[in-house]
Amino acid sequence: MSFITGRKFINQEALPHMWCQGCGNGTVLSALARTFEQLKYTNEDTVVVTGIGCWGKADDYLTTNALHVTHGRALPFATGIKAAKPELHVVALMGDGDGTTIGGNHFIHSARRNIDITAIIVNNLNYGMTGGQFSATTPHDAITATTAFGNPERPFDVCALAEAAGANYVARTTIYNGRLLRSSIKDALTKKGFSLVEVISPCPTQFGRRNKINPAVEMLRSLRDKAVTKDVFDKLSAEEKDNHILIGSLVNKDAADFNTRYEEIRSKALQK
Amino acid sequence: MSSRLSGNEAVAYAMKQINPDVMGAFPITPSTEIPEYFAQYAANGEVDTEFVTVESEHSSMSVCIAAQAAGARSVCATSSCGLALMYELLYVAASCRLPIALACVNRALSGPININNDHSDSMGARDSGWIQIYAENNQEAYDNFLMAMPIGEHLSVRLPVMTCMDGFITSHAVENIELLETEAVRRFIGEYNPENYLLKKENPLAVGPYDVSPYYMEHKVLEAEAMKAAKTRILEVAADFEKISGRRYGLFEEYRMEDAELALVLIGSSAGTAKAAVDKLREAGVKAGLVKIRVFRPFPGEELARALAGTRAVAVMDKSEGFSASGGPLFAETRSALYDLQERPYMINIVYGLGGRDVKTEDIEKVFARLAAIAATGEVGPLYTHMGQRSREEIA
Ligand SMILES: Cc1ncc(C[n+]2csc(CCOP(=O)(O)OP(=O)(O)O)c2C)c(N)n1
Ligand code: SF4
Repeated sequence: MSFITGRKFINQEALPHMWCQGCGNGTVLSALARTFEQLKYTNEDTVVVTGIGCWGKADDYLTTNALHVTHGRALPFATGIKAAKPELHVVALMGDGDGTTIGGNHFIHSARRNIDITAIIVNNLNYGMTGGQFSATTPHDAITATTAFGNPERPFDVCALAEAAGANYVARTTIYNGRLLRSSIKDALTKKGFSLVEVISPCPTQFGRRNKINPAVEMLRSLRDKAVTKDVFDKLSAEEKDNHILIGSLVNKDAADFNTRYEEIRSKALQK
Repeated sequence: MSSRLSGNEAVAYAMKQINPDVMGAFPITPSTEIPEYFAQYAANGEVDTEFVTVESEHSSMSVCIAAQAAGARSVCATSSCGLALMYELLYVAASCRLPIALACVNRALSGPININNDHSDSMGARDSGWIQIYAENNQEAYDNFLMAMPIGEHLSVRLPVMTCMDGFITSHAVENIELLETEAVRRFIGEYNPENYLLKKENPLAVGPYDVSPYYMEHKVLEAEAMKAAKTRILEVAADFEKISGRRYGLFEEYRMEDAELALVLIGSSAGTAKAAVDKLREAGVKAGLVKIRVFRPFPGEELARALAGTRAVAVMDKSEGFSASGGPLFAETRSALYDLQERPYMINIVYGLGGRDVKTEDIEKVFARLAAIAATGEVGPLYTHMGQRSREEIA
């Protein structure tokens, strides 16, 4: 019996990785590599695009083609690749800062365009790499390096944002829910059109430390206790909802993707 | 008041003493600590500043522009890609004549991505209409930031000011530093009372509207005149600053230049290394000297020409490439400044220290050895070279 390890997609020479103990990034990377293997992707037909951040370093540890771009801009680069070479599997890996804060504009427009890219946002509720400043997903009242007495702003619901903007596939999971993580990544990769997997993940070094969720296993426990599927979530009161994480597949539809529509227009124009 | 601070903390402390009305903040290595220290001051109630944390540098500079246009003093800090993302707005700030003070902690501008020091970020913005003042060490970083407002806000100038220090080398190294009393700082910088500002009842104002061709050029000329006027103002402010601090500043610093025959021109923290090399060579009887450029915009061309007039060979050292195919930006400026001299020294350009590549006293000595050979033989050799590459044979 052979196991899916994802090993051939992991650049062994680059290990050990730079992530802190208890960081969720490694779990997501491993799930991604295993899913590549399961779907029989190859290094030649897969491109990983990353922005800047701790999660943005993921391409260092992958053997696929990789484009490591500027902070917040993974999606426009990924769009260029997909537009030029629709046959490639294009995967954009972004942190919550990268994908929804400095790069938030690209996020909504990629979803609106419904371009066939898989976006995996590892949401650790703050900017890990630069020292734990608040991001667009930091919960209200949370302590970060730039909100010393609590965050006055409200966080984005990243999945709702993608849904409203028109994504074909949207799922949320946590690194505790390993099976759901794998199946969501698989569904996202195989879906034509824009797909998003938001992975709620611990950053013990910055977020956990400041918000007194210590040690890292405590953060995992809290993910375990807070993550609930839609049937449970829907029965919670508004107040309880604030304290829970809705997980599972939230959107799954088949609207025509950007490349398909583009080809339609192109052939119409050529007929004239 | 003596203290020990890193360059970042020194600048954050200067900001605290200034107590600006608004700070636009977004983190980027190696300047992140400045808004972080400041966030703490704001949270502790030690400043009255509106500390505005935004989602990108494009927005942090936008916040500053709008606040300054409304008559408030605003400050900001950034590095590298952050400064690049502000680019469009740097021009807006300067052309709207808004004297914002920005601390630029110099870091290489991608790509490849690199977090270490060189001057490619601020050199890229050299033609944006901002005054640029560079520091050698923490003390200068602190002092320059304090001088930014009296320079930029003056009626004859009204331009934004970028004070630059070397990332990590200066921003993160802790050094002894002399701080002024906060009272003295407040008196020195005074109140900001612009003639016109948004929401002024008697004089409603539109900032940044379309400028048609029959007027646009006149506005640009006014901006250019302001940059020329800034030179005088920078020296006036330096003289006032000397009165309260005892520390003297010019457009550049001349180190052992009185009778120097061989000279370097460079910017920033490498001056410390170069001074040690100059001292060593002087002991050996070599007439070596150094000009450390402090003010790059406005460029002190005439003054620099006078300072270098008596030399025989000069090496201009650029900590950014520039990709002009004929040398770095400091070289271009310096060479042009010397054009009107009756007798010009030989001149070479050395690009060094990109992306944090180290420069040691021995490297500087090699440059002087090359200058000595040029002065002796009149053979300049290659005009423009890159120092410290590991894969190439070394030509200093
Ligand atoms: C234009 C620009 N501004 C700022 C930065 C500095 N920067 C690097 S990573 C980062 C935030 C990273 O946070 P996130 O995207 O959430 O990823 P994480 O590190 O948490 O995985 C920032 C602000 C940058 N690289 N470029
Ligand atoms: S700082 Fe946070 S996000 Fe970055 S590696 Fe450490 S735990 Fe992970």
